[in-house]
Amino acid sequence: MSGAVMDSRVLAERTRRRQKREAFVTHACLILGVLIFAFPIYLTLIGSTHDVNTIGRGEVPLLPGGEAVANYAQAWGTGGGRYMGVPAGTMLMNSLLMALAIAIGKIAISLISAYAVVFFRFPGRMLAFWLIFITLMLPVEVRIIPTFQVMVDLKLINTMGGLVVPLIASATATLLFRQFFLTIPDEYVEAAKIDGAGPLRFFWDVVLPLSRTNIAALFVILFIYGWNQYLWPLLVVNDRSLETIVVGLTKMIGGGDAQNEWNVIMATAVFALLPPVAVVVLMQRWFVKGLTETEK
Amino acid sequence: MQKKVIFKGWVLPVALLLPQLVITGVFFFWPAGQAVYQSFLREDAFGLSSQFVGFENFADVLTDPTWLDAAGRTVLFSSAVAGLALAVALFLAVQADKHIRGADTYKTLLIWPYAVAPAVAAVLWLFMFHPNIGLFGRMLNGLGIPWDYKLNGGQAMLLVILASAWKQVSYNFIFFLAGLQSIPKSVLEAAAIDGARPMRRFWTVVFPLLTPTAFFLLVVNLVYAFFDTFGVIHSLTQGGPGKATETLIYRVYTDGVMNLNLGSSAAQSVILMILVIALTVVQFRYIERKVHY
Repeated sequence: MSGAVMDSRVLAERTRRRQKREAFVTHACLILGVLIFAFPIYLTLIGSTHDVNTIGRGEVPLLPGGEAVANYAQAWGTGGGRYMGVPAGTMLMNSLLMALAIAIGKIAISLISAYAVVFFRFPGRMLAFWLIFITLMLPVEVRIIPTFQVMVDLKLINTMGGLVVPLIASATATLLFRQFFLTIPDEYVEAAKIDGAGPLRFFWDVVLPLSRTNIAALFVILFIYGWNQYLWPLLVVNDRSLETIVVGLTKMIGGGDAQNEWNVIMATAVFALLPPVAVVVLMQRWFVKGLTETEK
Repeated sequence: MQKKVIFKGWVLPVALLLPQLVITGVFFFWPAGQAVYQSFLREDAFGLSSQFVGFENFADVLTDPTWLDAAGRTVLFSSAVAGLALAVALFLAVQADKHIRGADTYKTLLIWPYAVAPAVAAVLWLFMFHPNIGLFGRMLNGLGIPWDYKLNGGQAMLLVILASAWKQVSYNFIFFLAGLQSIPKSVLEAAAIDGARPMRRFWTVVFPLLTPTAFFLLVVNLVYAFFDTFGVIHSLTQGGPGKATETLIYRVYTDGVMNLNLGSSAAQSVILMILVIALTVVQFRYIERKVHY
């Protein structure tokens, strides 16, 4: 009897010790993972606080230096790098405009097309739906040259419109809204009809408010999508006043010479990654929802 | 699927669809059609006239040893990026799914790299592994390992793989974590009561239940590695040294935008288009099957 009690006590003690050990290993793995993802950013932050010679000599310390204000001021106001100097302030403004216009444009255009496909029946309805759906299979990378020719013909090269308009068609957003609209009960439409509300009024007063969470979730994803565009701005814009920060940053690096103004480049890199990272961290709940639901 | 109660009329819905249809028509279907059309034409040296050459452009592309090299490289690069990004993400997701203190903080700290643009990720890695100014680049050289990704093709490839995978892990992590959280706890408890050790529980219970997620992610990761990594390669190595990091998509860009070889670039575009269509079809057929479970 007492032996059994002893036994179970020893066993419980052993289990507790094992659980502690397992928790320790789990924490260690996760901390290592976090470090692998944070360290490149940490080094970039450090790089942006030293003077150009310290970095040029290859002596990047692991602690911040005292040149942060000077570096960020130079990056913001005049830019750096040996190849071109577009001020980060200008590039950030361009990226912000582009990302907002792409996100809002995609959401607006997809909302109304999904509404038309779900709440009406008219000839060519399914054809229209499939035409939108098929664009999933035509990423810009596989139609670079002909799309560029269209842009030239339409005089959209080197314009903000050219950066934004071709990117605001969205099969995924239309699919998401269609899925969601199908779950709106028929009774709502009936009630609206009885009350004498037309389709536009129903859209504005019922469908739009119901879609709020979906719109917020999608906005986070699409803002990042727009901000991180690379190939498209590279092709469409060579006017420096329209340079976006992601493309402008890599142009500053050129061939990657050691003599580059790395301190200013690193400050610009911080500018380039701060806005989308802030959006993800601050709107994490919507971000995860948007991601897991649009990609299904 | 169709709603039972609907609004009447066709003018309004057509007007609502018009903006999206016009954009897809002008910027998607017309250019894609042009790509197909141009892939059957060849321009003379001065770009003054062009003639129909049938499948000659395709034959040229598919028998060009440098294109085949680029294709092989793309397969290597894409499988390395997808494999690495999936494995690391799955491992971290399994850890973060355990009941530990601070789990939410870990999640936040592992999710945010999603927001970093591929090209910016490349810049961060360049700054770490630059042979003269990078912390690790200098460290390697100091240890007597000759490191210079601008001269050594293998090292350049390694660096673009690492930078590309680094950026993609958080995306996979989010999906694996969602997949893990949807596994009923009772299933795991049953396995534990049956005496299955944690490792065995993972491979015989958890992993099979995660395969739909893993398969979906594999397709997404391959598409990412094919197309979205253009930014990484363009800002890190420009396809070099030599052609050591030139993938198919980078090749379309250099042939079309840099060398203005329209016929060949169009043929390459069409080949890539077929590839994307195949991947999309696989993905959607698979998802349809999943729905029927």
